[in-house]
Amino acid sequence: MTDTTTKATARRGLGGAVRWDTAVGALFVVLLLCSFSFVDNFGNALNVSFLIGNTLPIALIALPMTLLVVSGEVDLSVGSTAGLSGAVMGALWNEGMSIETIIPLCLLLGVVCGLINGLLVTRLGLPSLAVTIGTMAAYRGIAQIILGSDSVTDFPSQYLDFGAGRIGDTFIPYAALPFLVLLAIAVVVLHATPVGRSLFAIGASEEAARFAGIRVKRLKLSMFVTTGLLSALTGVFWALHYASARYDNATGLELSVIAAVLLGGIDFDGGKGTLGGAIAGVFLLGTLQNVMSLLNVSAQSQIVVTGVLLVVSVLAPRVGRQIAQSRARRKATAVPLRPPAATS
Amino acid sequence: MTQPEPDATPVLALEEVSKSFGAVRALRGVSLRLYAGEAHALAGENGAGKSTLIKALAGVHRPDTGTVLLDGSPVEFHGPADARDAGVAVIYQEPTLFPDLSVAENIFVGRQPTRSFGRVDHRAVKQAAADLFARLGVDLDPEQPARGLSIADQQLVEIAKALSFDARVLIMDEPTAALTGSEVSRLFGVVRTLREQGAAVLFISHRLEEIFELCQRVTTLRDGTWISSEPLAGLTEDDLVRRMVGRDLDELYPKQETETGEAALTVRRLTREGVFTDVSFEVRRGEIVGLAGLVGAGRSEVARAVFGVDRWDGGEVEVLGRKLKPGAPSLAMAAGLALVPEDRRAQGLVMDMSIERNIGLTGFAETTRAGLMNRRAERDRAVDWAVKLQVKYARLADVVGTLSGGNQQKVVLAKWLATAPQVLIVDEPTRGIDVGTKAEVHRLLSSLAAEGVAVLMISSDLPEILGMADRVLVMHEGRLAAEIPRAEATEETVMAAATGRAARGRDAA
Amino acid sequence: MTTTAEPVRSAPASRAAGARTLIDKMFKARELAVLAVLVVMLGTTQIYNGEFLSEQGIKDLLLNATILALVATGQAVVVITRNVDLSVGSVLGISAFAAGNYLNGGGSPLLAVLLAVALGALFGLLNGALVSLGKVPALVVTLGTLYIIRGIDSIWVGSRQITADALPEGFVGFGHDGIWAVPYLALLALVVLLAVGYYLRSYRSGRDLYALGSSPEAARLAGVPVRGRIMTAYVLCGALAGLAGALYLARFGNVDSATGNGYELTVVSAVVVGGVAFTGGSGSVYGAALGAVLLTSINSVLPAIGVSSVWVTAINGILLLLAIAVDRILALRVAAVLRKKAAQMRSARHD
Repeated sequence: MTDTTTKATARRGLGGAVRWDTAVGALFVVLLLCSFSFVDNFGNALNVSFLIGNTLPIALIALPMTLLVVSGEVDLSVGSTAGLSGAVMGALWNEGMSIETIIPLCLLLGVVCGLINGLLVTRLGLPSLAVTIGTMAAYRGIAQIILGSDSVTDFPSQYLDFGAGRIGDTFIPYAALPFLVLLAIAVVVLHATPVGRSLFAIGASEEAARFAGIRVKRLKLSMFVTTGLLSALTGVFWALHYASARYDNATGLELSVIAAVLLGGIDFDGGKGTLGGAIAGVFLLGTLQNVMSLLNVSAQSQIVVTGVLLVVSVLAPRVGRQIAQSRARRKATAVPLRPPAATS
Repeated sequence: MTQPEPDATPVLALEEVSKSFGAVRALRGVSLRLYAGEAHALAGENGAGKSTLIKALAGVHRPDTGTVLLDGSPVEFHGPADARDAGVAVIYQEPTLFPDLSVAENIFVGRQPTRSFGRVDHRAVKQAAADLFARLGVDLDPEQPARGLSIADQQLVEIAKALSFDARVLIMDEPTAALTGSEVSRLFGVVRTLREQGAAVLFISHRLEEIFELCQRVTTLRDGTWISSEPLAGLTEDDLVRRMVGRDLDELYPKQETETGEAALTVRRLTREGVFTDVSFEVRRGEIVGLAGLVGAGRSEVARAVFGVDRWDGGEVEVLGRKLKPGAPSLAMAAGLALVPEDRRAQGLVMDMSIERNIGLTGFAETTRAGLMNRRAERDRAVDWAVKLQVKYARLADVVGTLSGGNQQKVVLAKWLATAPQVLIVDEPTRGIDVGTKAEVHRLLSSLAAEGVAVLMISSDLPEILGMADRVLVMHEGRLAAEIPRAEATEETVMAAATGRAARGRDAA
Repeated sequence: MTTTAEPVRSAPASRAAGARTLIDKMFKARELAVLAVLVVMLGTTQIYNGEFLSEQGIKDLLLNATILALVATGQAVVVITRNVDLSVGSVLGISAFAAGNYLNGGGSPLLAVLLAVALGALFGLLNGALVSLGKVPALVVTLGTLYIIRGIDSIWVGSRQITADALPEGFVGFGHDGIWAVPYLALLALVVLLAVGYYLRSYRSGRDLYALGSSPEAARLAGVPVRGRIMTAYVLCGALAGLAGALYLARFGNVDSATGNGYELTVVSAVVVGGVAFTGGSGSVYGAALGAVLLTSINSVLPAIGVSSVWVTAINGILLLLAIAVDRILALRVAAVLRKKAAQMRSARHD
């Protein structure tokens, strides 16, 4: 028995595709079941709809972020892009523009933000980490310039209802429906199309991907643009959901998204991971926070839990691999002619 | 030639050493004895365990069983530093320098001469490096950053490093793979001097003639097991190959006579500034054209530009009458061009991906239905080609990095042959792969040409060029220096053109 | 590069030297460029607003720069090893509070500073251990410890706050006074900066950090104690963040659970603007410190020329982008020049 498990772990180690995503998914299900059974007020539809509504911004951005990280890049400016799009939305609304015009403009702005990131990375060959730390400050700064310290709250009520409300008495927020559609699209793109295959190849070895005729730059650029677009969409949703457009909306969102995506087993070096894992990671963190709030665990302790989970999630697979390897080594040394004592 | 007594104490030795990685048993009870003043060759096909053996000697891997003996007494190296302190210097296949540090610092990392309070004496570092270069007779600036050094210069820095701590054992893993003839002879000169001063040398090369030129004794490995250790005097290359492969080889260069057809690849006045200039040639259907030249002459760069991985600044490329756009590999592929690149680990394969998906990377057009991947089609395509090329694998879903070098190369070939190319460019198709697979690759290229594919073969292996090519193009310093028909192609004519000694009038204009 | 042998062998020395001075100049120019931008910016502001570089003005500039410069120095050491420490903001916050809490209880100022440094070093050790032993990407690990340390800080601090009137007078004085326009804090930071810079340049272990960042694999093969050196870098970085925390307390006299929140990004910006590359092995702590001074000076310059402070964030971001973009373009230029030179050498040899 030990034999087969060792082999399995060793293979996982070699393949790299540690079935971490399944583990996170299972953990999420277990957490859900426990919460439904043991946590008061968790199971009612209103709470679940809150949980989903509050997690949606992270989940929305996690979709393109997963694809981006799989291709070996990262975008830290997502929170600022969301903030900027919310700020522009507020400013234009104050100017008296109609919301039907504003929202497409905000999305277009997101595309531009993504395009700037993408062009700096693909045309100049700069590291995305450095670029997006820069644009993170820049976009947030522009939001601040545009809206100052105002907050805009008087958006049309049917939009606010869409942002915050749920379908009848069910646990499903309205906004979850478009999210499910986007999720389906993202899963198909990453796991069932040539684009997805190419992203994995780029993340694992950009040079080899280029030599296989994959249009590396174009794909990366389009991923940055998509990330910008969905960040702007998130910014719009955020302003409506919380009925407030401020320049500092969604501050720090990038760290939450990245923490969730990494927890879901997406390798930061690129080339590995599944969208299922990433989404499981997002909702695992979201549920955990919700449960802890219900249990009156302070917000501060919640931060600690997030941090510990993040560290464990990257540490565990590697430690597991090392244990598997040393076990395999011990097994191998048991076979040869000489007594194992000769090793030491 | 000095043959030390068999009962002299070896400077460094392995006794019955075994080493496994997971389920792979890389070494099984291998012994090796290195004597002072002797150059010892290590022969074996790829995957025979040579690299593992070196790493055991260098303290990178610790043997699972067996002992390492230093001057006859058992030692245990806990890391590269231990081995280095014991006087073992290793020069790896790919030089391991620090690109951001100066050449002098590269040599003395962690061992810099110091002044009071342990402060590094930068002037002494520089001077010591300059002295070493003077001893080696090379002209390198100690203060130059290592970034941008040619591979040959990098090797020299590594050798200077070995010299700097008076290595008693010098281990060289294929140091000549990227060197030109004159660089090799200079390297050998240095090594001989070191040997005469009493150093033990362990030398690995796929070029058998180099083994015979430099070494006195040879140990052969096959599949991780020890086959023989014997003096080289009295052995022939064929003997050595037989020990390595375990059987006699079929003909290594199975060249078929073919009908040449219309021009399939036409390159006109192709120029990439600072890299190559004014390169024009054509390759016809059914023809194998060899592209020879010294390392750095611009051969691979031409291939990369033709395929579109690099842009070109001037000139044009036509495949079967279709003009290609610069910098667009996908268009080149659509036109029927395929490139098997020089570096299979970095360029040819995504090492962390499965065999199946690696082969699948070039075939999305065939394996998608309505924009979605058809996994069965992808698998069938991969199986088809893996079987045709006799790739040895356990499962198609295995990560390609677990295969041996030769099998990896076959996967690269499968990946590109699956696109049914009309023009196939192969860059160093047999570099670093064993003799058996080499013959298979040659047979394959031959039969492709017979089927009407136009093949452009870049190789540093001169016998391979002479054995396989219908015509030989020779590049020298970024220009096409000569075009030599098969009948006139000899080592002398090709080398003369490659080193720029050929008449300048032969420049292809 | 060099393809053929003997006849050319005389050339490389001069050619290599040419290339080196070019590259050298570029790197030296990097720190000089930051300095030049700084001087021009301050000069222009002074012309615009005569009050700007008054004694108090200079003092404020230096005081503002001190803390960021210290943290940036530590961060630069880590980035040189091809790692990063995102937890510095949290470490700064918790050390500041620890020192303040200790002083509140009547502790001695010197011990309070040492306490902050030790606490920072401890967290640095934690980061270093996770990164080097777990072989986990530094970005991810320190993102995790950023959360963890901030969380612990918040739980410990709760809604408490340390204010200046609860601190010993001497300590607060140390945070404000100085010799003419040069505050003691800035002098202390300068001493630390010079010490770290000298260590990196003149000690084997310091050189190892550059080697490690330049090529981790080669460093391992060369027998550099990789884990130990990475630990050293993180401990140093943590200790400096801790020291910065104590100085923060002395300077502002005001610490709560949000102190240092989001500071990591400013620090990373300063380091990158100062020319320390994320890819490791290059740059200097002096550059990082200059970057820090440049970034904090902008905060003072904007109000002095009558620009609203809402512009600060955007300008910082754009400056960072400019810094890395200009670096990259210069590097590409240099490469192109080298390539062209090589080609000329070759064609010269043809004749």
